[in-house]
Amino acid sequence: MSFDAYRCPEGHVTYPDHAVCPECGDEQTETVDLTDEVGTVVTWTTSTATPPGVREPNHLAIVEFDLGDASVRALGQTTDPVETGDEVTPVYVEELRDPDAGIREEESQDWDGYRFEPA
Amino acid sequence: MDRVAVIGASMTQFGQRDAWIRELLAEAGEACLDEAGVDGSALDHLYVSNMASGEFEGQTGVPNALAHDLGALGAYTQRVDQTSASGGAGVYAAWQSVASGASELTLLVGGEKMTHRTTAEATDVIASLTHPVEYKHGVTLPSFAGMTARHYLESYDAPRDSLAKVAVKNHRNGVDNPHAQFRKEVDEKTVLESPIVADPLRLYDFCPITDGSAALLFCPESVAAEYTDDYSVISGIGGATDTHVVHERDDPTVMGGVVESSDTAYEMAGLDPDDVDVAELHDMFTILEVLQLEDLGFFEKGEGWRAAAKGVTARDGDLPVNTSGGLKSKGHPLGASGVAQAYEIHQQVTGNAGERQVDADVGLACNVGGFGNCVTTTIVEAAE
Repeated sequence: MSFDAYRCPEGHVTYPDHAVCPECGDEQTETVDLTDEVGTVVTWTTSTATPPGVREPNHLAIVEFDLGDASVRALGQTTDPVETGDEVTPVYVEELRDPDAGIREEESQDWDGYRFEPA
Repeated sequence: MDRVAVIGASMTQFGQRDAWIRELLAEAGEACLDEAGVDGSALDHLYVSNMASGEFEGQTGVPNALAHDLGALGAYTQRVDQTSASGGAGVYAAWQSVASGASELTLLVGGEKMTHRTTAEATDVIASLTHPVEYKHGVTLPSFAGMTARHYLESYDAPRDSLAKVAVKNHRNGVDNPHAQFRKEVDEKTVLESPIVADPLRLYDFCPITDGSAALLFCPESVAAEYTDDYSVISGIGGATDTHVVHERDDPTVMGGVVESSDTAYEMAGLDPDDVDVAELHDMFTILEVLQLEDLGFFEKGEGWRAAAKGVTARDGDLPVNTSGGLKSKGHPLGASGVAQAYEIHQQVTGNAGERQVDADVGLACNVGGFGNCVTTTIVEAAE
């Protein structure tokens, strides 16, 4: 398993990938695995009105990873309540929500991914 | 260039309605044509702003259905889906149809039927606009609002109650709107003690789920007086998009689509933010009104939260915002909202806003789709 961000030759990094780098239009040619990185919580919420198949309450955060020459952000569930500025690490989860319950076609996307756990 | 005039406007009762999408659209469309004294058969173009009639109700092909119901057979029809900004995008399409010379008479009807679904189901339909990496985490539009509100309050040291004041103001305005879903004042304590929906935001920071529709009729300014003396003119309009993936924005408190669409609209109109007398902003969440006040150039970044507290955006303030009650109290039938915003501005600049009337020659409507993902800003002026 890997938690891949995508880098173009200019050094711009995005998560997720795009057809071309949104910053410069170059092809994104490399991946950067965030699995072992420590991120910082930029902001968070706890959602208490969740769609079908989603845990309730749902703790969510936007996390920033400083990669030295670039940084990249990712949105994800958190294992526990967090605060702005907290350090977190990714934890793999096989199924983040029930793929059968919502409106999105199950086969159209992945349902596994990474929650963030306080470091 | 001949500018584009608005020669008719209507909106239905917003709220929980028994009518389904076809009936809602026909109700506003017929009322708008009647007001202008025009038959459906005279229409060259007919646009329908609607996000998700297929997903909500299993009824697709609504523009064709509406053309048939209004006797507008032969007209060019098109559905405009820009999620929550479908209405604003519809105004853009209708404006374009007349400005380009392709149509001499265009009707736009925006509508949505939502309340037959549970809150969880409706939330999921709307959240389906998100990227797969967002959707799988169960993120909702209210969740984005919670995260952005927290970041805003922490970044600019703004008090939580500043957002509650937006809700209080807009509910106060909605009392005088006969079409509004809620015509009831709320006090700040009620807002701040309502149940948490997406921390730090609470129930009263969010707009309701709503059924309803609204319509506008457009023609070239040069022939508008042949239809009515009470017309307004679209002097500026712009549309812009921001990132699909919300966390990829450099500054989560800046809505780039609002900045860019309004820059285009101001330039086309030859106006500055200072020239705007009244505005309808997309207050799907209280924080959004604050962000738009800043990104439309009315306030510096980080200062917009002071507006409601100081009374600047109250109906008797220097810049009345959401005299209609906004999405917050009027309701938010997705595809109808951008059309209903323009309806309110049209009523204001033509002097037909009744108890809600303010002194206004220039009005602005900002319709936001997704969480700022796609935006249309429209400037409407009184006829000269």
